Amino acid sequence: MRTEEYAAAMRREIIRMLAAAGSGHPGGSLSATDIMAVLFNEELRIDPKDPRDPNRDRFVLSKGHAAPALYAALALKGYLPVEQLTDLRKLGSPLQGHPDANKLPGVDVSTGSLGQGLSQACGMAIAGKLDNKDYRVYAVCGDGEQQEGQIWEAAMLAAHYKLDNLTAFVDHNHLQIDGDIEKVLSPEPLADKWRAFGWHVIEIDGHDLAAIRAAIDEAKTVKGQPTMIVAETVKGKGVSFMENQASWHGSAPNAEQAAQALHELGEG
Amino acid sequence: MSEKIKMATREAYGKALAALAPEMPELVVLDADLSGSTKTKEFAKVAPERFFNCGIAEADMIGVACGLASCGKVPFASSFAVFAAGRAFEQIRNSVCYGKQNVKIAATHAGITVGEDGGTHQAIEDIAIMRSLPGMTVLVPSDWVQAMWAVRAAAEYKGPVYLRLGRLAAPQVYEEDRKFEWGKGLLVRPGKDIVIFACGMMVSEALTAAELLAAEGVDAAVADIFSIKPLDREFVLEQARKCGAVLSVEEHTVLGGLGSAVAETLAEAGLGLPFARLGLQDQFGQSGKPAQLLQHYGLDGASIAAQVKALLARK
Repeated sequence: MRTEEYAAAMRREIIRMLAAAGSGHPGGSLSATDIMAVLFNEELRIDPKDPRDPNRDRFVLSKGHAAPALYAALALKGYLPVEQLTDLRKLGSPLQGHPDANKLPGVDVSTGSLGQGLSQACGMAIAGKLDNKDYRVYAVCGDGEQQEGQIWEAAMLAAHYKLDNLTAFVDHNHLQIDGDIEKVLSPEPLADKWRAFGWHVIEIDGHDLAAIRAAIDEAKTVKGQPTMIVAETVKGKGVSFMENQASWHGSAPNAEQAAQALHELGEG
Repeated sequence: MSEKIKMATREAYGKALAALAPEMPELVVLDADLSGSTKTKEFAKVAPERFFNCGIAEADMIGVACGLASCGKVPFASSFAVFAAGRAFEQIRNSVCYGKQNVKIAATHAGITVGEDGGTHQAIEDIAIMRSLPGMTVLVPSDWVQAMWAVRAAAEYKGPVYLRLGRLAAPQVYEEDRKFEWGKGLLVRPGKDIVIFACGMMVSEALTAAELLAAEGVDAAVADIFSIKPLDREFVLEQARKCGAVLSVEEHTVLGGLGSAVAETLAEAGLGLPFARLGLQDQFGQSGKPAQLLQHYGLDGASIAAQVKALLARK
């Protein structure tokens, strides 16, 4: 599947599962979709038949509320049937409101409490170095998440231990639940902060698949430093009435809204 | 018994880690700028490539430990108990326990015997908050022999463990070759009038109390509850029934710790015995010499003995 199609399919599944669940986080799932589509469709060395392979690349969704995007990416990759996605948030389902590594194969660590995923990714990167393994560790953080102090603790540690096998993204969609990140508590200038913390920083359009691809490749050539890809994104990307609306951070579409969204996303 | 050695359980922790280093290649140790005090420095000396100083950033340290554990490592993460269990509580809750990660949190400087550093640095609530977490094992070794065992047992056990260690050199309770059982209570001194359930350094204070009481004709049993969770409920009930009166002693608040665990067990079994909990009575500690503090908060042998007599008057 071409990555454009993979991303479009992810977006449709995100809408379908959220509509079925009746709650969840569409905005930040749709903004992170293109980054995750490139990772899961092109980059990650992972195999649904061997989800615990010690040599696999790791993926950490530090902004765990974008779980629908992860579940869609995993389903399209073959980790679970696509039809199972509508079990999202239901009692007994492996598709918990936030990713649970003990319930769903393909999820490397449980996340959801903001700020905690990046530290776990650092631990995975250190383990890779200790064991002389060539896997890479990828993490996707939110821009609101940058307000967590733990992010900057992890930032210091990753640079200090020269974790060049770690590539992280900031899904920079400019909105958090309470509104504009710059009005709530500005984390800007983000790219400068990451540079100052000793990371190799790449700034891209987070919906430009070629740019995402190129940034991932560039990160692999960097020695002695972790890489932060600051990806400029649009919250709710791909659904006209969700784009740039903080109100779609944490509410699901109803049946009518879902139908319109799916129509816009090319449901045929 | 061979000559007894006074040693802090944190010292035993450092020695145990260093001893385990060559035989356990997956063992890794993390610290938050307190390696000289927590004694993880002993491990860093013998296995520097597997020691990671995370700086004064406890939350991140716990997350890094989780990432390492997810890749098959066996991480021990250390800081003072106030910062390990307190500052990083929610990381321990969500990254370690919810994530079911094989992370060991070895927290030193627990309780009031931290001494002069004062109330900000004396963890008095860590047992309570760690005990409340699903899947967490809580161990409070009473001397250096047991601490050495506990470090090895925790390393071999698969799952989250909170190991509570002390700063102060504490009396040796057990013979060096003593064997301990995971999840079991241990009768240290038999007796028939009352059973004192204690953990950590309070076991040796309880033994002192029992000696004092013996001189007055009171036969007190002392039981070591080094495994607060899982709690050996059958053992607790058996000893309580045998003696007919129960006292719990802990270097911790009486709210939610050992005393609460014992109270829950007695109440659920319908055992309405004379019972009291010694510990910090909903208050913080303060600066002072450890011995002065124990006396001030009623946790030295003489104070415990006095409480036993008061309790037995209700029997």
